[in-house]
Amino acid sequence: MPWFGKRALIAAAVVSALPLLAAAQDTERELERYRQMLTADPWSNPGLLDVDRGAALWKEKRGPKNVSLERCDLGRGPGKVKGAFAVLPRYFRDAKRVMDVETRLVWCMEKLQGFSRAEILKRPYSKANQPGTDLEALATYVAHQSKGFKFQPSLRYRKEKEALAIGEALFFRRQGPMDFSCATCHVEPGKRIRLQELPVLVKPEVARREIGGWPAYRVSQGTVMTMQHRITDCYWQMRLPQIDYGSDATIALTMYLANQAKGGEITAPQIER
Amino acid sequence: MPPRLATILLVVAAGAVAAARADAQPSDLAEQAIKQSWAAASKEWQARLVQDETQKLCSLYRNKPPKQIADAILARERATIRYPADGKLMGDWRRGETLAQSGYGGRFTDYPARAENGGNCYACHQLAPTELSFGTLGPTLLNYGKSRKFAPEEVKTVYERIYNPQALTACANMPRMGTNGFLTIGQIRDLVAYVMSPESPVNTPVAKEQEGKDSK
Ligand code: HEC
Ligand code: HEC
Repeated sequence: MPWFGKRALIAAAVVSALPLLAAAQDTERELERYRQMLTADPWSNPGLLDVDRGAALWKEKRGPKNVSLERCDLGRGPGKVKGAFAVLPRYFRDAKRVMDVETRLVWCMEKLQGFSRAEILKRPYSKANQPGTDLEALATYVAHQSKGFKFQPSLRYRKEKEALAIGEALFFRRQGPMDFSCATCHVEPGKRIRLQELPVLVKPEVARREIGGWPAYRVSQGTVMTMQHRITDCYWQMRLPQIDYGSDATIALTMYLANQAKGGEITAPQIER
Repeated sequence: MPPRLATILLVVAAGAVAAARADAQPSDLAEQAIKQSWAAASKEWQARLVQDETQKLCSLYRNKPPKQIADAILARERATIRYPADGKLMGDWRRGETLAQSGYGGRFTDYPARAENGGNCYACHQLAPTELSFGTLGPTLLNYGKSRKFAPEEVKTVYERIYNPQALTACANMPRMGTNGFLTIGQIRDLVAYVMSPESPVNTPVAKEQEGKDSK
C-alpha cells in the first residue's frame, strides 16, 4: 500500500479525537515506525518470523504419515520452491484444477502428510496479534521464496484461461444488499472508504506494486494475512456470505489479480496497513 | 466393444465436451464458480448471491448501460420506491446522524443482530464539517440542504436517492438501501433530515478555510 491518506490524517491529528480517527492515527504511526525500521534494517519485518516458521514447517516431518513437505509439487516439480509462487495460480494435472498457493499447500498436506482437510482448515486464519497459523506461515514462506521474481501467471491450459475470465467477471459482478462489486471500491483512482485509500486494482501499475506483497504483514492486525483471507474480508464487507476456503471464486479472483500484476515484482511479505 | 474403439469414442466425447465448454460464456462459468464457492452457506445466505435484473445489467455493462437500457432501469427502480404514509419525508436529524455514522449490519458477523442497520453514509461521503473521517466514493454533501435552499422538491429527491439511487442514475454506485430492505422508511426519513434540515450540522455554516478540506 502507498503510505496513504497523509493529508487527511495530519488534519485529523490536529482537530479531532474521535475513536475512528484515533485508531487510524495509531495505525498510521505504527506504519511509519515500521517503515523507518525497515529502511534501517530490512530484516526487522515481522512477517519474516512467519517466513522462518514456514521454512521450518516445510522441512519438518509431520502428520499421520510423518513426512515433510519437501516432495510437494508447487508447479515447478517436487520440492522446487524457488520461483514457484511467481507462476501461481496454475493448473495442476493431479488435482485437475487451478490452484493458488494456499489451496496447493492444503493439497500437499492432505496427500503427502495425511492430514484431514477439516483438521487443516479448522483455523485457517490467525486472530489479531497472534502468530500466523501453520498454513499462513507456509504460504508466507513459499511466497517469500519468489522474492525478486516477477509475476508470470501461466495461461497455457484452458482451465487457466477460464479462471482468468471468471475472475474478471466476478470482479465486476454486482450483488447483495449493498449492490457492491469489487469494482465499486477498486476502480476509480483517488477514492477512500472512510480514511482507507482504495487501491485501483484494475490498473496494472497499481496491481504490480500491491499484489506481489501478499501474504502481507498487517500492522493494524499484528499478524500476516493471505490473499484468501483478504478476498474473504472484502466479500464480508460486501455483505455476502462467508466464501469457502480455496473455492473456485477465490482462486479465479487471485488469477485475475495476478494477471493484472503480471511483470510486477514479488515482495512478500509486504507491510500493510 | 473393442478397446481401441472405446478409446476413440471416449476421446471424441471428451473433445465434444471440451468444445461445448470452450463456448461457455465467462458469465456462465462465473455462475458455476459461485455455486461451487459458497456451497457451505445456508440457502438463505446463498440467496444474496442471486442477482436481480438491474444488478445483472449493471454488471454486464460495467455500470455504463446504453441509453435504452438505462431508461428501463430508471423506470423499474423508481417503481420500487415507497413513501411514508403520512407524507412527512423528514424525521429526526439526530437519529439520522447516528445512522450516517454506523456501518453496522448485514455482515456475516453481525448476526444475531446487536443493533439496527446503519446507513454508512460517512463511508462514502463528507457530511458534517466536524467529522473528518469520511470517504470519497461519493461527492461531498457538506452544506447539501443549504446550498439547495432546503427546497421541498430537493427533500423529495434526497428521500428517493437514499431509498433507491438508481431511480435517478442507472447503475449508480450508491447502494439501494430502501429497495434492498436494508433501511426502513423511518430510518430513511431520519437520514433525509440529517442531509436536508436547517438545524443539522451538515448545513451549519463553517469557516471558509475548513470548507472542502480533505475532500480532494
Ligand atoms: C466496500 C469496498 C470494497 C469492496 C467492495 C472490495 N474491497 Fe477490496 N479492499 C477494500 C479496502 C478498504 C481495502 C484495504 C485498503 C487498506 O488496507 O488500506 C481493500 C484491499 C484489497 C486488496 C489488497 C490490495 C493491496 O493494496 O494490497 C485486495 C487484493 C482486494 N481488496 C481485493 C478485492 C476483491 C477481489 C474484491 C471483490 C471480491 C474487493 N476487494 C471488494 C475495500 C473493498
Ligand atoms: C458505497 C458508497 C456510498 C454510500 C454508502 C452512500 N453513498 Fe450516497 N452516493 C454515492 C455515489 C457514488 C454518489 C454519486 C452519484 C451516484 O452514483 O448516484 C452518491 C450520491 C449521493 C447524493 C447525491 C449527491 C449529488 O451530487 O446531488 C446524496 C444526497 C447521497 N448520495 C446521500 C447519501 C446518504 C444520505 C447516504 C447514507 C444513507 C449515502 N449517500 C450512502 C455513494 C455512496
